[in-house]
Formats: sequence, structure tokens, C-alpha cells
Amino acid sequence: MRSILAIATAALIGLVAPAARADTELTFYYPIAVGGPLTKVIDGLAAQFEKENPGVKVHPIYAGNYDDARIKALAALKAGQPAQLSVLFSIDLYELLEQDVIVPWDDVASTADDKAWIRSFYPALMANGTYKGKVYGIPFQRSTIVLYWNKDAFKEAGLDPERPPANWDEMRTMARKLVKKDASGNVARWGVEVPSTGYAYWMFQAFARENGQDLMNRDGNKTNYDNPDVVAALQYWRDLGARDKVMPEGTVEWGTLRQAFTEGKTAMMWHTTGNLTAVKDTAKFPFGVAMLPAAKQRGSPTGGGNFYLFKKTTPEERKAALAFVKFMTTPERAAEWSIATGYVGTRPDAYETPKLKEYAASFPQAVVARDQFQFATPELSTFQTGRVRKLLDDAIQASLTGQKTPADALKAAQAEADRLLKPYR
Amino acid sequence: MKHVQGWLLLLPAAILLVAFTHYPAAATLFDSFFSTGTAVRPSRFVGIANYAALADDPVFWQVLRNNAIFALATIPTSMALAMTMAAWVNGKLPARALVRMSYFTPTVLPMIAVANLWLFFYSPQIGLLDKITGAFGAPSHNWLGDPHTVMACLAVMTVWKEAGFFMIFYLAALQSLPPELAEAARIEGASRWYFFRRVTFPLLMPTTLFVLVNATLNSFKLVDHLFILTKGGPDNASNLLLYYIYQVAFSFFDTAYAATLTVVLLALLAGLAIAQFQLVERRVHYR
Repeated sequence: MRSILAIATAALIGLVAPAARADTELTFYYPIAVGGPLTKVIDGLAAQFEKENPGVKVHPIYAGNYDDARIKALAALKAGQPAQLSVLFSIDLYELLEQDVIVPWDDVASTADDKAWIRSFYPALMANGTYKGKVYGIPFQRSTIVLYWNKDAFKEAGLDPERPPANWDEMRTMARKLVKKDASGNVARWGVEVPSTGYAYWMFQAFARENGQDLMNRDGNKTNYDNPDVVAALQYWRDLGARDKVMPEGTVEWGTLRQAFTEGKTAMMWHTTGNLTAVKDTAKFPFGVAMLPAAKQRGSPTGGGNFYLFKKTTPEERKAALAFVKFMTTPERAAEWSIATGYVGTRPDAYETPKLKEYAASFPQAVVARDQFQFATPELSTFQTGRVRKLLDDAIQASLTGQKTPADALKAAQAEADRLLKPYR
Repeated sequence: MKHVQGWLLLLPAAILLVAFTHYPAAATLFDSFFSTGTAVRPSRFVGIANYAALADDPVFWQVLRNNAIFALATIPTSMALAMTMAAWVNGKLPARALVRMSYFTPTVLPMIAVANLWLFFYSPQIGLLDKITGAFGAPSHNWLGDPHTVMACLAVMTVWKEAGFFMIFYLAALQSLPPELAEAARIEGASRWYFFRRVTFPLLMPTTLFVLVNATLNSFKLVDHLFILTKGGPDNASNLLLYYIYQVAFSFFDTAYAATLTVVLLALLAGLAIAQFQLVERRVHYR
């Protein structure tokens, strides 16, 4: 009996007492929001990093989608579990700032080399990770919205299959020609579809930007929902379904739209570049990928996940974290990651690597997102971001389903957003 | 000494209950009187301010109304269906085991999987439902994207999922009924419908109460499908109370308001359960 007790006690002590360790350990949470065996890719990269950097151990923890990852990382931090860095939604910045759990990468990037590294990414991708001049988010898995079009449908409708719509008017007139009805007058193929469940605000940011407006300021404490140009943008979206009858009326489901496109039920769709590889694998017709059409200008929001560095870290851990993130974002790895997923290469020199050059030569659709970066706008992110975003989602859906006019819906959303954001001004 | 032993036997269950049921419930109630704290703005006592905000929150009233509609649409239908199915598979019919199993299958599937299946049933144009209505020449309808049809779509799916589960309870109850009753009724010349109405149905009342309580709880508890199907949209037309609590807690990070909503949900469920037991208990047992 006594010996059993002694063993149990020893085991308990062994569990509780910190093991003597010389290694720096890095634990990081990451989300995956697209298909494919990507956890293996991440584990492989972590193992490779450990080999090149003896003395550092990396524990990647797959944490579900973006919401799950944020909840798990914050819960771990609150419970005192070690987590030194994480890939989280780029728009979680203000929430993480308010929880006071992150530090800017500038604080650890001491050498000239490190500082040059922070500036090596596309500026469009840095906007969501920067607050008051400090960089908190290093772009990793980033996407943007593009227009996919079915070349066979274009040919059938007598349109040039190699020329996608360049502006809103063209998209509307082309879409009218592309609508196909069956013998009994029911629509067999729509002209264009833009998803409006789940990420309605994201799609709408593209419309607003194209009409010359951003939906929030860079300090994250003011929205611009009721600007007349923004209202006009929502009116255009609503009219595609309600007046022009080139899009189904009501909301369009994000999750099934890709299938509707690959089955030829819509000739054009707006969707994330993250779907590119999946569309490529399932579409049985030639398809093109284009920048979103312009109204006053072109435009599309960026989206996706950034690397954040947590505050509760030792100087050694911060150094190791910096080395790891630098390793994960080299041009070669950014290129490989882009090919594996459809996410964009996060830095210009990634597109200069032989691998990505070769891929782009055989599949030119892969570089459209990059070319669109010059017109990109950061994804909607403010303080109280979940609420402020949902206000817009609800306003968009209320307009698309005809419950409210775009002007009324957006005006109400703006008033409520003002109330929520006043304390942060 | 006897006392000590009794308490010790109760201890494991008591610890679990207190740690995971009673303490969280009390803590939730406590939290609902404080503001949401962040590192920059610590939490402070606000009295009933959260409840005042709740009374002013149009989304709260809408999800409450949605929940009532959802409950009214799903509970009676799934119970009636469950009873009919149980009566049917309790009789002699060929391949009875297979029929029973096929009625029960939807229950075995996880709600998330069910929602993913039905998402494609309801998809405009490519979905099964549209293919069927299309065969009769009806135009394509955006089932989940139309605030007028979205709740009905969710209700149909839930009935499909739940009825098989309740059927099991009715089936068990039917099999425990003494066969002499049926024989006696046959000798007396009672019609099958009369027998069901005057004998079977009253004898099933305890089961009906049990199923009713469960169905009511489920109509508030089941929100998994919303994550896949609609995310509460369009414009909250299909949002339910528990899903709204999730949104407030984990996407708005407003834990205090989420606690307030949770207290309301708890009170509502407790009230419903008590009312059901008290009101129905009186006339539930056959005499």
C-alpha cells in the first residue's frame, strides 16, 4: 500500500513540477477555413523549422475555423496555458487589443533585417494588422474576392468568352444575356450570383469600395454605413435580384454557391480566391477568374488570417517566435502555401519564385488576386467588431430580401454602430 | 455514521452536479448584474442595466418570437407523427425491423450532418426540393434566403430529425400495454379507432408528457443546424434564442449580456417544465 502511494506521489510530482528544459517551446493555434489536408502541411513545416533551429520546439494546434481558433486561443491565455503566438482572423485585431493580449512585431524586430522583413509584404495585406503605426499582424493565409465566369455560358450567350465584365453596367447587361430560361419560363441559369449569408459584409465591402467608399476608418471607431454612395452600392446589389432579375431574389447561400457555379446554374459568381483550387478541380467547363468590376474604381477587401504575438511571453520566446514566423513567410513558403490552398502569395517576391511562376504560367487564374491588390481595402474591422459587423450583415439581408429599403436599413445600422463605437472615439 | 456513508455515496454525483450545473447557473445569474470586463475596462456592478438593455433589444424579442413559432411548429407535428409511426410499426407488417430502423435513422445522424444534407435539399435550382417543385413547373424558390419560408424549412427538417426519436418512446410504451385490453375490446366489438381513442391514447399519456417536456426543451436547445443552414439569417428571420446567446458570447464577446440572455432562457425553460408537470400531471394518469 505504502509503495503504491509513494509511486503515485512521485508520479504526481513529476506531472506538476516543471521538467528541466533548455528548449524554448512555442505553442501556436491556427485555423483552417478551406479544404485539403493542410494540418499535415503545417506539421511538416513545424518539424522542418525544429530541424533547422535546434533548441526550439514548436507545437502547432489546429483549432477549427476562425471563430473557434480565437475562442480557444483566448481561453488558453486566460487559463494560463502557454501560447506564444497564433494565426487568428486578421479582423480580430481590435478585439485582441481590447483584451490586451498582443504585442506589436515591431517591438521584437530589432535588426535591420527584421525591419525589412516586416515591410516585405503587400501593403494591402498590412492594413488589417496595423494599429496606430504598429504592426500586430503578419499576413499568412490571406484571400480576396474575385469574379469567376463560365466561358461556355458566355459563348452560348453570344458574348466574348475571354472578356469578363469590367464595370457594373457591363456586368448587368452581360448578366441579362446570360440568364437562360427553360420552356416553362423558369430560370435554368442565372447571370451572376453574389453570396449574402455568412460573409455578406465582406462581399458588400467590395461593392462599396467600387463605388468609392470604405466602410470604416483606420482607427476602427467609426463606420460609414449611411453614406449615399454606400447606399447606392447596396441598391445596385438589391436591383440585380429585384429589378434586373439576373440574380435570385433574397439571400444567396455562401456554402452552396460554388456548386451552383460548377454545375452551370449561374454564369458568373463572386467568391473568395480560397475556392480557386476547388473550382479548378470540379468545373467541367473552361472558366476564367477576373478582378471584380468597377463602378467609380475597382475594389475588393482582403480577408484571412495573420500571425499575432502574445504579450505573456519571455524575451527568448519572442525571439524564437519571430524566427518561426520569418521562416513561415519566406517567399518560397508563401509560394508553396499559395499553390496548396489558393490563398494569395503574401509578398511580391513570392511571385518571383520559380515554383509560383511555373504554376502561374499553367494556371494564369492564380495571379488575378495579386493584380487586384492595388485596389484592395482592408476587411471590415472595428472595436466591438462582431456587433458592428452583424449590424451590417442584417442590414444587407433586410435589403436583399425586400424587408427594408437600402437607405433605411443602412441608416438604422449606422445609428446603432455610432452608439456602440462612441466610447472608443 | 450511517449518515456519513450515505453522503459519501452521494458525493461523486453531487460534486459533478454542483460543479457543472448549479455553480455555473448561479455564476451566470451573478454575472448578469455586471458589465462585460476587458483588460482596459474592468467589469463593474451595473444592477439591472443588462436586463433593461435586453428589454430594448429588438433582436431579443425577435428571437423569442422565432423560438415560439419554432416550438409551435415542431412539437405537435413531431409528436403526432411519432405516435402514428409507433402505432404503425407496433403492428404486424413485413420487414418490421427494417421499417423501425429507417424511421429511427434520422435520429442517429448528428445534427450537423443532417443540416449539411438539407442545405443541399433547400438550395435553389440544384436542390432536391427545387427539382421536385420544378418537375411540376413551379419556378425556382430561394427557400432559405426568403424570410417567409426559412422558418418552415427549419421546422420540417427538425420534425424529420426528431420524430423518430420520440417514436422509440411511444413504441416502448405501446409494447408495455397489456394485450388483454385489445382482446377484450375486440370481443366487445370496439372499432380500432375507438379503442385507440379511449384506451391506447389515455394509457400513453405519461409517455406523451415525457415526450412533450423533451420536445419543448429540444426546441430551445437544438440550434446546431443554424450554424450550417442560415446563421440565423436572413436578417435574424431564423435566429433562435440559444444561437443568439452564442453570437453575443463568442462573436460579440459581450459575456455579461450573454449571461443575461442565459438567465432568461433558464427561467423560461424552468417555468415551462414546471407548468407542464403541474398542469398536465393532474390529468395524465388513466383511471
